[in-house]
Amino acid sequence: MSAVLKILSAGPALSLQDMGREGYLVSGLTRGGAADRLALHEGAALVGQTAECAALEMVGMGGTFEATTDTVIALTGARMAATLDGAPLIWNASHVLPAGAKLVIGGAQAGTYGYLHVADGFATEPQMGARASHLNAGIGRLLQSGDSLPLASNAPGRPGYFLTPENRLQGGALRVVRSFQTCHFSTETRKRFSETEFRRDPRGNRQGVRMEATGEGFYAEGGLSIVSEVITTGDIQVAGDGAPYVLMCESQTTGGYPRIGTVIPSDLPKVAQAAAGAPLRFTFISHEEAIDIETRARAEIKALGSRVQPLIRDPHDIADLLSYQLVGGAISANADPFET
Amino acid sequence: MTDLPRIDTVGLSGIIVSFAEAMSEPANRAALAFRAAVEAEDWPEVSETMMSLVSVFLAVDLVITPAAAIEERLRALLITRDWYAAPLPKGRTLWHVPTVYGTDLAPQLEEAAEVAGLDPEEAIRQLSAARVRVLTLGFAPGQPYLGELPEVWNIPRQQDLTKSVPSGALVAAIRQLIIFTAPTPTGWRHVGQTAFRNFQLNAAQPFALSPGDELTFPSIKRAEYDRILSSETPHGGAEREAIA
Repeated sequence: MSAVLKILSAGPALSLQDMGREGYLVSGLTRGGAADRLALHEGAALVGQTAECAALEMVGMGGTFEATTDTVIALTGARMAATLDGAPLIWNASHVLPAGAKLVIGGAQAGTYGYLHVADGFATEPQMGARASHLNAGIGRLLQSGDSLPLASNAPGRPGYFLTPENRLQGGALRVVRSFQTCHFSTETRKRFSETEFRRDPRGNRQGVRMEATGEGFYAEGGLSIVSEVITTGDIQVAGDGAPYVLMCESQTTGGYPRIGTVIPSDLPKVAQAAAGAPLRFTFISHEEAIDIETRARAEIKALGSRVQPLIRDPHDIADLLSYQLVGGAISANADPFET
Repeated sequence: MTDLPRIDTVGLSGIIVSFAEAMSEPANRAALAFRAAVEAEDWPEVSETMMSLVSVFLAVDLVITPAAAIEERLRALLITRDWYAAPLPKGRTLWHVPTVYGTDLAPQLEEAAEVAGLDPEEAIRQLSAARVRVLTLGFAPGQPYLGELPEVWNIPRQQDLTKSVPSGALVAAIRQLIIFTAPTPTGWRHVGQTAFRNFQLNAAQPFALSPGDELTFPSIKRAEYDRILSSETPHGGAEREAIA
């Protein structure tokens, strides 16, 4: 019997996710996969493995877990309060999870989608080339209390590392490129759209995230009736109520509502992670600028492995000690003592 | 507009070739034929292609591939023929999907017939004789939009949504039919019920249909439908043949 991670108590929306499935758009199936893909890369860098490994995605809160063998875990994405047999665990770090120890992951303190990685990933049977649950398409399902997930191996992994992640949990500016339907919106509407301060509406999930603002809606010229066309992740769709929706990894493959632009891939984690009420703004940038930003973002992902730091080091080994953001990276898993 | 077919970028994810501003039979045929031609070119920069009703999308990583390079190749391919008059691609399948019309299994047949101005028997006769084509797949995995039906079937969607129609439901509106993949709320009218499944996750071929496949929906009795269900006949009792 191979080792498993037992879910003793499941939060409301736990699912297994990886990079998703490509190649099925023509059959009506979007890629799916982790809502915050950068968090998968970060977890992989922490444990020292490939980002193809599946991880547990936890929406809003985690749960209680126990492994039947010693393994190594990493915690990334939305910051959640985590303890191991009662002792606090640092977020954005890798840790030993001894067999039988209780791992408790509570509610999100910042962000929406948290990730629990295990060394070498989970060994569930891939379906159509991936382990990701595509809840909208009926592939896989939400995990429940009592479920067990097989561990891929007893590989030791690499505990005791941390990473200072790119800050993306509070909303902020989203960079947008034009797309083939942007021309349906007047210059005036686009200008107003890019000057509007939005808030992340509570209505949001893996299919799309609604943006709320006061004032007039952002309607296309000639109304809403356009022929149904391809949807890509990050498209900003304006539905009948005039509010923009950023379409996410489990959206439909086609849709008949006009889209004003597309959020660039490296800002999608910011959309996913923004908690209800978080401020968001859309800024149009040129294709050239977007390509530069994405090229840099990909280089940064490649360099993640060289950015991980041992959690505990002899200060004598750290020549540039003062340059480390010890506070941001090292105690973030605890509740903020200054927060009321 | 006169600038059709039109080429444009889709965010940083790829390139779209649009053949019309609205659904039309020639534009759908053009998209079908053009997608087959793009697939045959097998350009290494194109990771996948898909078609919606009147356009073809090429997934291309525009961060590493200049859009202009692909657009130039597309323009060169576009001028090789009149795509609106191009023959439909080879390798398609004709499906005959047994269907119960009306009864409590498909309770809106009579209402749909009335909106179309037909009596129910004539509506069933027309629907069971119609041969329609997969215009595109979407909304749910493997779910086909089928058309076009004769003009008399240009019936609007109903104002109020039906709360849920089951998997395999055959629904009608705007000269099109859909077989539903999963239970769905819809404004389309539920005229027939099939045991056909568009998407079977663990099958060797999870998706039954491809764009361009053709279908008929011969009328069967309720008892036959029950027999198909209980015997778990593959593809809901549908027979298929290659389109020569």
